[in-house]
Amino acid sequence: MSNVLVIAELADGHVRKSTHSALTFAREVTKAGGSFSILVLGANAKAAAAALTGFGAAKVLVTEEPSIAHPIAERLAPTVAAVAKAGTFDVIVATASSFGKDLVPRVAGKLGGGYAGDISAVKTEGGKLSYKRPIFAGNAYAWCEVTTPTQLVTVRQSEFTAAEPSGGASPIEAVAAAPIDAAASRVEFIGIETAKSERPDLGEARVIVSGGRALNKQFGEVLDPLAALLGAAVGASRAACDAGFAPPELQVGQTGRVVAPALYFAIGISGAIQHIAGMKGSKTIVAINKDPDAPIFQVADYGLVADLFQAVPELVAELKKG
Amino acid sequence: MKILVPLKRVADPDNANKIKVTPAKIETTGLEWKPNPFDEYAVETALRLTENAASPKTRMGEVTVVTFGPKETETTLRAALATGADKAIRVDCTDEQLDGDLVARALKALVEKEKPDLVLIGKQQVEGDSNQVAQLLAEYLGWPMATFAGTIKSEGDKALVVGREIDGGSMNVKVTLPAVVSVDLRIVQPESVKSMHSKPDHAYSAGVRFAALMAIMAAKKKPMTEIALATLAADSTLKIKYTSYEAPVGRKAGVKVKTVAELVQKLKTEAKVL
Repeated sequence: MSNVLVIAELADGHVRKSTHSALTFAREVTKAGGSFSILVLGANAKAAAAALTGFGAAKVLVTEEPSIAHPIAERLAPTVAAVAKAGTFDVIVATASSFGKDLVPRVAGKLGGGYAGDISAVKTEGGKLSYKRPIFAGNAYAWCEVTTPTQLVTVRQSEFTAAEPSGGASPIEAVAAAPIDAAASRVEFIGIETAKSERPDLGEARVIVSGGRALNKQFGEVLDPLAALLGAAVGASRAACDAGFAPPELQVGQTGRVVAPALYFAIGISGAIQHIAGMKGSKTIVAINKDPDAPIFQVADYGLVADLFQAVPELVAELKKG
Repeated sequence: MKILVPLKRVADPDNANKIKVTPAKIETTGLEWKPNPFDEYAVETALRLTENAASPKTRMGEVTVVTFGPKETETTLRAALATGADKAIRVDCTDEQLDGDLVARALKALVEKEKPDLVLIGKQQVEGDSNQVAQLLAEYLGWPMATFAGTIKSEGDKALVVGREIDGGSMNVKVTLPAVVSVDLRIVQPESVKSMHSKPDHAYSAGVRFAALMAIMAAKKKPMTEIALATLAADSTLKIKYTSYEAPVGRKAGVKVKTVAELVQKLKTEAKVL
């Protein structure tokens, strides 16, 4: 039996969809007994929390004091730790987004608990939790146990299907933010720069259109029409990002975003280990590359050996035919 | 500025698909040892922060590299010394004795001894992929941190403005030293690191620097000390216990289609994703 605390992630005052993967974990772990609560903290948390009352949580805990307005781990960790202790939670979980990966290990340090990061599965045996983690850039999986009474976990969004509401109305309860400590007073939030895009987020898209360095400066010009037509998110290989053809936040790979859409287009991407580790969970993979020996074809369900500058516009035209 | 850079060796990550996975262990036999790429970027970042790029042989401050491992891992440290680091410390242990938490606790003791202004570390070690040492160390020290740094600008070596790579963009924070910073891929782009000693518009070559032959010879004379793990962390209890390993389910190569029309037809009727 475990009691789980889910840390919700906010963006622009709304709950990010990524949070729903941590909820799926919490449901799995508490199936055998125990309950889970959700902690929503940050600017606009009270209003945002309303979106999380229908998931079967024992409580939705909220705090939006100005000291924790920004997603700075030094500022949030004392509050998360205080809530975890007060509620006697055994497992603290967030989704392994950049938010979760930054914050949860810091909370682990505060609570003296062990941290299993970026897990892809969980199992309960004899009341003991085991976590499956990708290691060696996804070339192996390890099963591990956390040996401390309090366990800290982040879950991989692409492996834990987003939870759907289950009805009910969890009570919302206000909690106090913990006082700011010395570390927090030495970090100043300046701002967040996001590329404004009409495309969906990589973590949530049903279709992703990714491009490699071969696209050169025509990256957007070639891919955007296809992405727009399919309502797809745009991704990129590390090489395309490093060369400046695509912004870094579009990078798909072990060291970028790990994704698993229903349909993934790898266009002009050769298929380096790092990239494949980030997209091989996709349901259907299409590769378009002019090099017939490109490693990407070894993981693609459908491969087309062609010049992408001709094939992609042709694909757009073909799809438009309906 | 005094900078401490933890640096770990790993089995060649470019050939990570050649590891042998058995339920009891992962075998990396046959793979070359390489510095963990993210840590190597941290060394490069430390060098950029402590030099005037116009005369990189003079270090403005001190860069100390530290590794955890047996005697043979001194090779990894010597390579870092050859690129410009000043001194090296090896914490004597084997990988089996470590988890991220123990490394962080040992580093805390080392930081208290060495008193650096900044700990620069790779965001994750690419074998365990745990991504936690920087965060734990900062918490144990009561220091601020900036994880996943894509850019760093020094403000008079008193504070750093760090561009953190986050999902969907970047977050800028200013940390007052001493602090812990973990670095991401983009930190070794030509203009990612702005030292107070270099011209603001200086552009490096992308990537990490290579050591000249003379520097490799000179590195043999640079100080290398050894510390027992127990001296730094008396409690050797691990917080993570690995119980078994498994290989990922491989994807099979599918079919090659000849035309765009055939591709669309298969996506519609066979894969049913359109």
